[in-house]
Amino acid sequence: MTDTRLIQRLEPKGLRLAPSQVFGRIRLVPVLRDEVKGDLRFARRDYSDAPLSVVALEGAPTSRGLKYVSYIPHGMVVSWGNRQAEAVYGTRLQAPEGKKVKVGPFSVRLLHRMVHREDRNQLRMLPLHLAMEGFLALHFGGPDIAWAEYSREALSHGLSPRVEGVVPGWASSALDGALRTFEVHEQQVGLLLFNADELLSAFVVAHPDDYRLLHRTLLEDFYGDLLLQYGYLLEAPELGLPLDAKRVSSVEDLRTEVARMRADWAAFHGFMAGGLFGVEVTSRKVYEAGPFLLQHFHTSLVPSEENHLGEAIVGPDGTLEYLKTYRLSAAQTRRAYLLQQLAASSWNMEDTAEKLGSTRQELLLRLHNAGFGYLLKDHVLEEARRSKARGS
Amino acid sequence: MAVAAEVRIEQVAREDLVMFVNACFSCTGQREFYGDARGQSVSIEFLHQYILGNYRRLYRRTLAAGINHFNQAQIILNLLAVGSPADPVERQEEGSLIAAALRGLPTQRAFRVLESLRSRHINNRRARAIAREYLAGRSNLPFDAVKYRAKLRAAVVHGHLKLDGELGPFLFHGWKKRVYTQPLLETFRKAHFAQEALYELPYTVAEGLAQKHGVPRDVFLQRIEPRLTQAERLRLQESAARHGAVEPQVDLSRAPLTKLALYVLSMKDEVREARRDELHTALERASARVLARAPASLGRVAAVLDNSYSSSGSLQKRRRPLGVALASHYLLSASAREYRAFWTCPVEEPLLVTARGQTDLATPLLDALAWGAELVVIVSDGYDNDPPKAVAELTRVFRERLDPGRRTALVHVNPVFDAEEYSPRSFGGAVATVGVRDAEDVPTVLGFARFAEGTASLAELERYLSARVVSWLERDAHRIASAAPGVSVSVEEGEA
Repeated sequence: MTDTRLIQRLEPKGLRLAPSQVFGRIRLVPVLRDEVKGDLRFARRDYSDAPLSVVALEGAPTSRGLKYVSYIPHGMVVSWGNRQAEAVYGTRLQAPEGKKVKVGPFSVRLLHRMVHREDRNQLRMLPLHLAMEGFLALHFGGPDIAWAEYSREALSHGLSPRVEGVVPGWASSALDGALRTFEVHEQQVGLLLFNADELLSAFVVAHPDDYRLLHRTLLEDFYGDLLLQYGYLLEAPELGLPLDAKRVSSVEDLRTEVARMRADWAAFHGFMAGGLFGVEVTSRKVYEAGPFLLQHFHTSLVPSEENHLGEAIVGPDGTLEYLKTYRLSAAQTRRAYLLQQLAASSWNMEDTAEKLGSTRQELLLRLHNAGFGYLLKDHVLEEARRSKARGS
Repeated sequence: MAVAAEVRIEQVAREDLVMFVNACFSCTGQREFYGDARGQSVSIEFLHQYILGNYRRLYRRTLAAGINHFNQAQIILNLLAVGSPADPVERQEEGSLIAAALRGLPTQRAFRVLESLRSRHINNRRARAIAREYLAGRSNLPFDAVKYRAKLRAAVVHGHLKLDGELGPFLFHGWKKRVYTQPLLETFRKAHFAQEALYELPYTVAEGLAQKHGVPRDVFLQRIEPRLTQAERLRLQESAARHGAVEPQVDLSRAPLTKLALYVLSMKDEVREARRDELHTALERASARVLARAPASLGRVAAVLDNSYSSSGSLQKRRRPLGVALASHYLLSASAREYRAFWTCPVEEPLLVTARGQTDLATPLLDALAWGAELVVIVSDGYDNDPPKAVAELTRVFRERLDPGRRTALVHVNPVFDAEEYSPRSFGGAVATVGVRDAEDVPTVLGFARFAEGTASLAELERYLSARVVSWLERDAHRIASAAPGVSVSVEEGEA
């Protein structure tokens, strides 16, 4: 039996979009929540003192095992149930979490698990890194049948080490300005972030007060390459919708027309975010936090489409309580797509190439270009290259 | 064809001037919430040069239009830099306007202008004469010499002026001279060697010397308290508390309206709540004083006031848009027969207002129109984002369908200068936008609003400006006559 809280299709249930605010080429769309229950609260935990964090995915932080390594500026503390609602505010008072070790001139923070239960009703998670880890772990095991093309490392260690590059928010001064001048609505619980009118990220929490505190953390989060793309575009168009003068004969009519204008804005932004909301996603349960289900998901990974990955918390009645997404760049999508196709054909080169409508040689080169050359034996690659050069 | 061209020329001239006067009401070259200081100063400098080059007569007359001090200073400097006009009548008018404007500026700003003459390499007969005349008109030059010593010295050196008595040696030898007979100068000399003499000097001068003598901050603040000016008292409230000193007493009944509003907004909510009656009365009295000086009686007035997050201003202009909104609230309620305020983010008590939330001007504007106001004053920075450009559309349709006879007047008062548009940001053609720096100027800019709307002609605008020039010069002459003549200043070269 599948859990109904597991997302099949991302629906912004209980959420409402307000008109966007534009700063340069960044467009920020506020997400409002009319009914706030207040039983799920978020707080920020500062990790910025260490330039590198190592998260142990299995076993104790200091033991051997699978690790996730990244710069993690902050974590998020999630607490649910009314009892804890007040305690979260003071989480900064707690003793610093995890262990810090000195490595040369740097200090490295050792963290235990992406999601770590700290109390009966409290959870610490690493926002967006959780989703990214889920993405990196896709088909991480590598080939399960020892086909002749794969190198010995690929067969014994899988894809390890699997690496993806991202762009921190502060790399874009436009984003800094946009977040600084953004006017947070009273009922606002989230934000859709567009760069040059391409959806980059969506961020939603459960409570407006939490959002207000977490607003600036968006600058520390990471984004896809699209944050820096279109850098020469100075301004996203500031759109304006007209009012229909013919329908107005009193001030009350004007009021209804303005209400219609608002609805049009919401519908339009919903359309702009169509690559994320309303599309089929593949989701996986990560943690059951009381009545809430923490999960991560990704969209279809078809290279010709807009692809997102993210994490979400869904309440018992199916409302979206938390959402944080990351827009994959084209190269990242291609990599994931190739892995997906290979895995679907049990890592057999001929079958996969046939499915993709190309040849084995081409597929080998494609894997190499995508950055997976390290999975293949050198002489196999060399042969593929030579046959390409011969022009066959 | 020629007629059409002339009409167009007149229209362009009018638009340019309205834009310039509007900019001079609001811009101070400082950072704003959306724009940086660099952009602001480049933009306003360009405007000054453009208007000076094309409409010199109107440029100097703008001095009398009630514009802010920053732009008055800029105009004085720019006019002095280009030399005097050839026509004797024009020359005479320009000279008296510059002299009157300089006298009208706050002392520190006037001395800053004289100092800028040096840094901008402006040194002609007229500039020297203006500086000399200004110094001759000062009632207490020894005090100025102590408080603005560096600036005065710059003006004297640059303008080849000679000061009477001990002032010359004071400026150039300072505390190294053995003794002065003028008591204030002697105190200044003594204060370099004895702590006790500190407390008879102006605060800004004593502050540095106290540091030199190593006087603890709280002791210093406590003992210098009687010498503090009103503005210094307001300014020192918070920092005095931070240093553990007793906060200097503020006489709220003397503070100007906008300064008072900004002071109120700088307080914490609890303090505002506790002192609500006192602050409320002070604001009411301040607005009554403004109206006593510039009477304005309005009918049924609705104010749409912006208290969105962007009204928090910038580091340089902290909460100024919100302060202007709060001060306008009090001013309009005092001058209107019937009055109602509509805030973008509704507040129960105007005194407790904070800059928060999005800019939803459409809802309060609709409420104001539904209430049936004769005059709707929108105080906002012009960025409406919920929904964007709703006010422009709303007012357009309102004018087109509901009020073609213009029974309801709509005025947008904008305290923020938009560097990219060279004017305060507007809400489209249906609302007249006027810039403003202090809420005290609101009666003046309401008079100016008909030019911003584009209904009045260029000739009317010229008449308006020249009428203001006449009354302004009269007031200045009156002020000189009532003031006592000061220390005489002679000059090395014999020119008038």
